[in-house]
Amino acid sequence: MAGPSSWSFQESDSHRIDELLRDFLRDSNARCALLVDRSGQLILSVGEPPQFDPAAFASLAAADFSANDQLASMIGEPEFSSLFHQGEKESMYLADVAKRLILVVLFDDRATLGMIRVKVKAVVRELNTIVTEIFEKASADSDTPHLEASWADEVEDEIDRLFGSW
Amino acid sequence: MSMINYASREINCKIVYYGPGLGGKTTNLEYVYEKVAPNTRGKLISLATETERTLFFDFLPVDLGSIRGFKTRFHLYTVPGQVYYNASRKLILKGVDGVVFVADSQVDRLDANLESMHNLYENLAQYELDPREIPFVIQYNKRDLPNISSVDELQASLNPGGFSNYEAVATRGVGVFDTLKGVSKRVIKSLS
Repeated sequence: MAGPSSWSFQESDSHRIDELLRDFLRDSNARCALLVDRSGQLILSVGEPPQFDPAAFASLAAADFSANDQLASMIGEPEFSSLFHQGEKESMYLADVAKRLILVVLFDDRATLGMIRVKVKAVVRELNTIVTEIFEKASADSDTPHLEASWADEVEDEIDRLFGSW
Repeated sequence: MSMINYASREINCKIVYYGPGLGGKTTNLEYVYEKVAPNTRGKLISLATETERTLFFDFLPVDLGSIRGFKTRFHLYTVPGQVYYNASRKLILKGVDGVVFVADSQVDRLDANLESMHNLYENLAQYELDPREIPFVIQYNKRDLPNISSVDELQASLNPGGFSNYEAVATRGVGVFDTLKGVSKRVIKSLS
């Protein structure tokens, strides 16, 4: 799917999603919910702060989901809209959001898979609406989000400082 | 496709190292990992086979710190170079902001370089991207080996478009940061 070349995630979007996911965590007894984009970037995390490197986790979750998408098409399925990985104590459930993002839910034995499944299905319906709105807005804006030139100058100086001395 | 996250005040840019198998893509990332200050980089994740060939990708986040209130970070990825891993390569290019093509300078790897370059154009086209329109640089690696093509020969075969190019010996770190600086500055320019 071709989309806008760049997009932005605003504080108002974050508040809506944050509230929705907090309710979801309370109702499902899950520990933590993360929203990751399909290119592997973490967008937000709600609930217990993760005890792992979130950037690495997001890149692996996106790769996991993308690889399974390809496997689905190889066996003639349009997609696997959700994935479940069961651990001894910790488990994770991944679900597609509007073909753009991935909801990753971490839970332990305080929650049941059945309840997680039901509650994820409901929260994904609402997330689909919000995320579709965000991307429709990004597509409608003729200008993709840009940062000021002075920001770029400062970043370039930092690149020289960090990568320059080797 | 970069995302500016105004909620968490973060900008993450995805840079992908592409090229033929055994060309030195992973070695580039390993050198960056070794040399940058530990507090500026995350964990180097390698999804590799038992013989240390890249199976899916390597991933290294490098943090530039907070600039004008935005935490700015580069996510460096490699793809598996071997021909039969094309499905994985295609997935890793999703959302790419900049590409480094790591060419193997050895004479007998010229065909592999050409095949990989052709494959890159094809895979980018699936995301409606063209190397001429995105930040793209070429690294001629393994310049210390005998039996290598001259840079002029490599330029004629691989770089008729005249993209910026860097000579490198990634195992010793030569040219690794010049290449990274080159592509990352282009990515930043494309955002402003």
